Amino acid sequence: MTLREKIVALDRPILKVEGLTKRYGPRIGCVDVSFELYPGEVLGIVGESGSGKSTLLSCLAGHQRPDLGRIAFDGRDVLAMSETERRLLSRTDWAYVHQNPRDGLRMGVSAGGNVGERLMAVGARHYGQIRGKAADWLGRVEIAADRIDDRPSAFSGGMQQRLQIARNLVTAPRLVFMDEPTGGLDVSVQARLLDLLRGLVRDLGLSVIIVTHDLAVVRLLAHRLMVMKSGRVVEQGLTDQVLDDPQHAYTQLLVSSVLQV
Amino acid sequence: MTISRETQAYNFAYLDEQTKRMIRRAILKGLAVPGYQVPFASREMPMPYGWGTGGVQVTAACLMPEDRLKVIDQGADDTTNAVSIRKFFARTAGVATTERTGEATVIQTRHRIPETPLTKGQILVYQVPIPEPLRFLEPRETETRKMHELEEYGLMHVKLYEDIARHGQIATSYAYPVKVEGRYVMDPSPIPKFDNPKLGQSPAIQLFGAGREQRIFALPPFTDVVSLDFDDYPFAATKAPHDCDLCGARQSYLDEVITDDRGGRMFVCSDTDFCAGRQAEGKVGRLGVGQAEGAK
Repeated sequence: MTLREKIVALDRPILKVEGLTKRYGPRIGCVDVSFELYPGEVLGIVGESGSGKSTLLSCLAGHQRPDLGRIAFDGRDVLAMSETERRLLSRTDWAYVHQNPRDGLRMGVSAGGNVGERLMAVGARHYGQIRGKAADWLGRVEIAADRIDDRPSAFSGGMQQRLQIARNLVTAPRLVFMDEPTGGLDVSVQARLLDLLRGLVRDLGLSVIIVTHDLAVVRLLAHRLMVMKSGRVVEQGLTDQVLDDPQHAYTQLLVSSVLQV
Repeated sequence: MTISRETQAYNFAYLDEQTKRMIRRAILKGLAVPGYQVPFASREMPMPYGWGTGGVQVTAACLMPEDRLKVIDQGADDTTNAVSIRKFFARTAGVATTERTGEATVIQTRHRIPETPLTKGQILVYQVPIPEPLRFLEPRETETRKMHELEEYGLMHVKLYEDIARHGQIATSYAYPVKVEGRYVMDPSPIPKFDNPKLGQSPAIQLFGAGREQRIFALPPFTDVVSLDFDDYPFAATKAPHDCDLCGARQSYLDEVITDDRGGRMFVCSDTDFCAGRQAEGKVGRLGVGQAEGAK
């Protein structure tokens, strides 16, 4: 790629969402959500429980089918793809970090096997290389090399979450979905994880959609912010702008509800 | 066809004709899509699950009155499972039975492929406990079916990876996963991996029946079957590093037999017909009794 082509590529949205709607019978999951995500950008989605942010994320990641709307990844219509294509996408260009690492890890398989699974799923068949790459990624997420053959069940919560991140990033995805990645971790572990994530996102140029109810997390990580309430996006903009000068009444409430130490 | 007085209560080969027709359809589908697990309506058989109810139903659907049946259990013709199934078909189908691999037209087997190479026209029926190779890695049936459908077999290599990470080599020694015709990953029933190379390009038809799990799958003659492995840890068919103590065979799969409580042991061919055949030819192993000596 020439420099010019690279610049042009950065100028095109990696993910384009238009009018996404998902209803659960008469109830609303999320309604008419539209946004664009550019390469290297981190988009935070905040809102209270039941505001539709998790529904939105699972529709985007292909876990649920939206009722209406369009999702284009890299110019390709995601909803029109065959399941084979979508699943291939979800283990190559996409990654999904679950809130509970137990949902995203294979608890009966060693840490090295967990990281290597995505490599083997896309055709890696050389044990030495798979193991080398797994060890490298464990190092990047600050897990000691001698824990490579231990099972995740022997890891602490923070380590499990870091292992899940390593397992997801090993195939160099371009778009990462994160659902409350710091939920259930204590504050010091949370801080380390956020620090790690920020470094990885910057170094790898990842595009990230991060769903959370923790405003501190998006303040640290997200470039842009979307605030959801009752299934609708009520405000979006640059993170600092939204948090420092909230316009919508709900955002104002959300920001003023943060506990100050 | 004449049925002897004592078997009149049974249809030929125990199962009724409609059931056999249903099983044959599953077998044909299995042969058409090698390695694919075809669901079938498995019947209750007069033996417990785990004793070969799947294999027995497949055998019943294949048997013709002029067939000659051989039944082996872990390679042996004379163990309980083999004897009871052989008797079952001798009674309910009135077919001839044999212990000689070369003479049999249908061979039902539990956990072995005979050492004597199979020939065109023979049918090898396997008894399968768990047909799903991904079962112990992914417990959800809906998910494993999807994985087969979409050819997502990376998980199978995760198991082999774990083997090497823990044991320094691929320690899976039986039920070793294979890829059939470059498409379906198949569990070849708990045969030792020593037998895996015999699965591929065999002139015989190989049928697999799982009674409890209600699945039939098949390998038509001359199918490509490849054992999964890593580039730097290639598949190796292993056996105990000994010769048979009775017939001296070097290339057959061996059972270890403890002979006393002072550490005494012997290794014998697990395929009893193969071993007996070699002994009849006068071949003698370390502890074997030669023809001349035996005659005394």
